[in-house]
Amino acid sequence: MQPYQLTIAEASDLLQARELSAEELTRSVLGRIEALDGEIGAYISVAADQALAAARRADEAFSRGEAGPLTGIPLAVKDLICTRGVATTCASRILENFVPPYDATVIEKLRQAGAVVVGKANMDEFAMGSTTENSGLQPTRNPWNGGHVPGGSSGGSAAAVAADMCLGALGSDTGGSIRQPASHCGVVGLKPTYGRVSRFGLVAFASSLDQIGPLGKSTRDCARLLSVISGHDRRDSTSVPEPVPDYEVALDRELGDVTVGIPVEFSVSEGLDPDVSAAVQRAVATIESLGVRCREVRLPHAQYAVAAYYVIAPSEASSNLARYDGVKYGFRDAGGGDLMEMYRRTRSRGFGAEVQRRILIGTYCLSSGYYDAYYRKASQVRALIREDYARAFESCDVILSPVAPTPAPAFGEIADDPLTMYLSDIFTLSANLAGIPALSVPCGFSSAGLPIGLQLSAPHFGEQVLLQVAHRYEQAADLQGKKPPLDG
Amino acid sequence: MADLARLELDDEAVETFVGQIGRILEYVATLESVDTDGVEPMSHAISLKNAFRPDEPGEHLDNAEALANAPEKDDRSFLVPRVVG
Repeated sequence: MQPYQLTIAEASDLLQARELSAEELTRSVLGRIEALDGEIGAYISVAADQALAAARRADEAFSRGEAGPLTGIPLAVKDLICTRGVATTCASRILENFVPPYDATVIEKLRQAGAVVVGKANMDEFAMGSTTENSGLQPTRNPWNGGHVPGGSSGGSAAAVAADMCLGALGSDTGGSIRQPASHCGVVGLKPTYGRVSRFGLVAFASSLDQIGPLGKSTRDCARLLSVISGHDRRDSTSVPEPVPDYEVALDRELGDVTVGIPVEFSVSEGLDPDVSAAVQRAVATIESLGVRCREVRLPHAQYAVAAYYVIAPSEASSNLARYDGVKYGFRDAGGGDLMEMYRRTRSRGFGAEVQRRILIGTYCLSSGYYDAYYRKASQVRALIREDYARAFESCDVILSPVAPTPAPAFGEIADDPLTMYLSDIFTLSANLAGIPALSVPCGFSSAGLPIGLQLSAPHFGEQVLLQVAHRYEQAADLQGKKPPLDG
Repeated sequence: MADLARLELDDEAVETFVGQIGRILEYVATLESVDTDGVEPMSHAISLKNAFRPDEPGEHLDNAEALANAPEKDDRSFLVPRVVG
């Protein structure tokens, strides 16, 4: 067994026992990246020198007996979370040379907990996409099958975890961007409750939907990461001043009387791949075998989630992305002409096609005369979707569904048609619209050997029950030993 | 729209985007069938009151740090193409 294969919890125990040094662990992960990432392309940049320096500091902390919950643990960070002195590109030409002068709050928290950031992970440009094919910089291959995408938008983070090129990762989830790539790469990924984790230093896509969250090799690792990154932040006025429990300790408590709800609307969805349907049904049987009651619930407005989301998210994006003007940072097209020409040329050459498409949709939906028909209407439907969940959670504690209607598509299979790609987000968008926490935990494989994830969601701030159920399921399903076929 | 969004599209891009965005907006129009009479629009996931804090000076980036990423600058300002006249 190589150190890079360890989970965070396993590595932490060995580090505490001084049977492994943080430097050895980081070198092992850097070696794995060196061997594999040319093929996979999970990382946009690898900060080897900074990582080794942080690992040595971690070893000193162990010597002093001052280790924290993530001391010496090598992590990947999606490349839209600001890291002081390390380029943060959003996988976009427009930010290709941007080096943030500050750390995001989650990065400060990781550093305080002793973590080692090994590099910045690839993604769809500005997190807009479901396959990572919209990265303006490079493709990322699914570690389970190089002809398939890793999912997106946090595809680099998920692929890096799956391929043992880090022990855990941070991603961001605006419409499924943590859960869906976690599902496609066979790892665990959690989108926390909106406001649970500070967004300060997260490059904004759709501010009322964006949330940073962990990806890991196990539910336990995600629980530990979540405990570290959660909490109120005076620099993010939407972060919520709720106390942060120790999510990892909560994992080992008795499950108690838990009911799982299964939306009838999701079980009859058109376009649901038979392998996904079978894997989810097996997961339901496994969960029932744990003594958990399963019952039907209704989410009658869930069918409108894609339409509501693809008004709200592009609208917010068109406003947020107005800041990329070639003046303060990033790319400028220096072709001459006046200020307005500079803006237009910079933005048209700096943004990729999907980003421009969403800016145009958002500009249209917010424009005078159309605002009520689109943005206001979508925001009303959003309220109905949230009410659906509130009603459903009166009769259950956790809601279960697929994460994605199919396993990871092949390159080019869906990304060429934007609407087809948007429709693949059907199961994940609702949690963002409602602001509730949701996670993906591996629940099987397709006949072609691609991973399939199970989605569990809970009421606002219900992360504890979510992680508990996922943890029990994960132990019962016993899929954790399965690794992608990589020789490295 | 491209003008409002400060984008410059060539004819080919206009044609592609018009088709794709047309189909997306057609799909989005399914929202019209939802009865939303009397439903308060939801702009945020969590109901929070305004988050106030005292207006006190704190740490901030110095001039050089703030200018470090600028595509064009002098020693104290961002430089932009001529705006007036």
